[in-house]
Amino acid sequence: MTLNQLSPNACGVIEAIHAGQDLRRRLCGLGLRLGIRVRVIRHSPLNGPMQIRVGHTDLILRRSEAANIDVIPT
Amino acid sequence: MKRVAVLGMPNTGKSTLFNRLTGAGAHVGNWPGVTVDLLSAKLLLGDAMVEVVDLPGFYNLHGFSEDEQVVRRFLETQPVNLLLVVLNSCQLDRQLALPLQLKELGVPMVILLNMTDEAGRLGIRIDAGKLEAALGGPVRALSAKFGQGLVEVKDVLTQQLREHPKLSQAKPAAFDQDVRIEQELDALVSASVASPIHLPPSATDKLDRVLLHPWLGLPIFFLMMFLLFQAIYGLGSPLQDAMSWLLDHIKTDAVEPFTAAWPAALRSLAVDGLFDGIGTVLTFLPIIAVFFMLMAIIEDSGYLARAAFLTDALMSRLGLDGRAFVMQLMGFGCNVPAIMGTRIMRSSGLRALTMLIIPFSLCSARLQVMVFVIAAVFSPRMAPVALFTLYLTSFVAAFLTAFLFRKRYHSHEPLLLELPPYRLPTWRFLGVESWRAVKQFLAGAGGFIVVGVLLVWFMTHFPFDAAPAGPDTLAGGLAELMRPIFAPLGIDALLSIALLFGFVAKEIVIGALAVIYGVGPDQLSGVLTARLDWVQAYSFLIFTLIYTPCLSTVAAIRSESKSWRLALLATAWPLTLAWAASFLFYQAARALT
Repeated sequence: MTLNQLSPNACGVIEAIHAGQDLRRRLCGLGLRLGIRVRVIRHSPLNGPMQIRVGHTDLILRRSEAANIDVIPT
Repeated sequence: MKRVAVLGMPNTGKSTLFNRLTGAGAHVGNWPGVTVDLLSAKLLLGDAMVEVVDLPGFYNLHGFSEDEQVVRRFLETQPVNLLLVVLNSCQLDRQLALPLQLKELGVPMVILLNMTDEAGRLGIRIDAGKLEAALGGPVRALSAKFGQGLVEVKDVLTQQLREHPKLSQAKPAAFDQDVRIEQELDALVSASVASPIHLPPSATDKLDRVLLHPWLGLPIFFLMMFLLFQAIYGLGSPLQDAMSWLLDHIKTDAVEPFTAAWPAALRSLAVDGLFDGIGTVLTFLPIIAVFFMLMAIIEDSGYLARAAFLTDALMSRLGLDGRAFVMQLMGFGCNVPAIMGTRIMRSSGLRALTMLIIPFSLCSARLQVMVFVIAAVFSPRMAPVALFTLYLTSFVAAFLTAFLFRKRYHSHEPLLLELPPYRLPTWRFLGVESWRAVKQFLAGAGGFIVVGVLLVWFMTHFPFDAAPAGPDTLAGGLAELMRPIFAPLGIDALLSIALLFGFVAKEIVIGALAVIYGVGPDQLSGVLTARLDWVQAYSFLIFTLIYTPCLSTVAAIRSESKSWRLALLATAWPLTLAWAASFLFYQAARALT
């Protein structure tokens, strides 16, 4: 399943990131790496971005981008 | 001179530390090979003068975002004595990746663990000794916001500069090899950082539950924007009025008597050209100062990133993001500080697109023209409707422009933002921020504005024996030439001369109309009622709303984007759109009535 499919308050471990090297590095800089656990905090209405928590960092990203991140729900 | 580069990820309090170290003495300058201006300051450490350079926040040394490239190019071209790496103590689990990468450059490093106050509250414990051993440079903890640990930082800098007196260049090979640091990072984090597994819900979480609420979030956002707007222009406008009043007095009491004996043309050049040009620049200063002070509060508090979260659903369809929307709304007060405020956006494509739409915001100067003409021509019952439709036109023009140009000024960067915890702003440096913005406006846009005002003065006063702004001046000749273009809009030659004045500043359009019609300001309303029907008047207002941002806005766009092309586009495109909109309205209204 992909990150955008997780509902608020659900957690998942990142399994794969389907993105170019550049975006992958950017995600990595923000703490989104393989094997890392993320929690979905909330979705913005009207199909807007989603808020996730990685370690001690809260991030917002668009759901279209989150669709490129595979997670295993935990 | 010795040189220290300050580096770190965004939201590490890097700028706060820089301000703590250097105070108000910092200046913006450009560096060979680096495309953006960097903030730097000279600082006496021990017995050595040191140049401290603040590099943009970046996530990855090997990344290709614009900020990352700026940092890379700086490190590739400029030798330094020391790298001062600032990390957020609460986020070491990912931020330690940065010093691990920088270590490969082979340049001496000092690592600062900032925001120790927040980390302490979260129960995070850090073993600085282990970090020093792994990173090969001294590690110090501090809270830049409260100034704790600052003395120790200065001491360690002084001592390290003594140990590394020679400038050293980063190893070029380190930029290309993408070292696999993930395992190293995990090992280092688990060895040196201990943090509680379960964090109690913080005050930020509780606040976010309300401020980012699915249905309450947007109404609260608009309320916040309204209050911010009221605060900026409630504080700024009286100051701006005071500045105009002061300038008026200087003009009538000092400049005019002083130049009384001069030949008429020279006197007009000095008073109506040069003095008014400088005056135009000066009247913007109070509003820019207040704007940057209050925007810094919104930015430091962490709400700006939330605004992006709330409005992105709409703005992403237009190729913009929520921060662009905030600046567009602020543009309804005055376009100039809103243009400068686009600095918060890091992608140059996104910035350019935002700068292109801000000038359509119906600013307070244009509002004066609208209100005056509407009051003269429309019935009291229709006046609010007319004004409302003009506000609507303003939004439509902006969104249409964003939609049309979204491909051309495409943002390559995905929306990936940190939501920092809510923080009280660092009040101490609000003054520094706004003073810096004022200085930049003066240096970047001031000259351009004065030259522009002089040019319009020349157009409306030459030849000098003709009546100012009359049909025999260059401006009158131009208006005559443009008659075929403006006639289908219902705008006559006299009105089009006023539009030329409006290019300098919309505030002077009404005054210019009085001069052009040769009446006092109090009789102008009657003249307009007699000479214009509502269709002509409304067409003139549509044109005034859209046609071109004022000279100061164009100057701000040029100085912020460093692109003449964008400044030219920001002038030519609205002119085209204004003509098309007025044409459509005027011809349709004439056909229907």
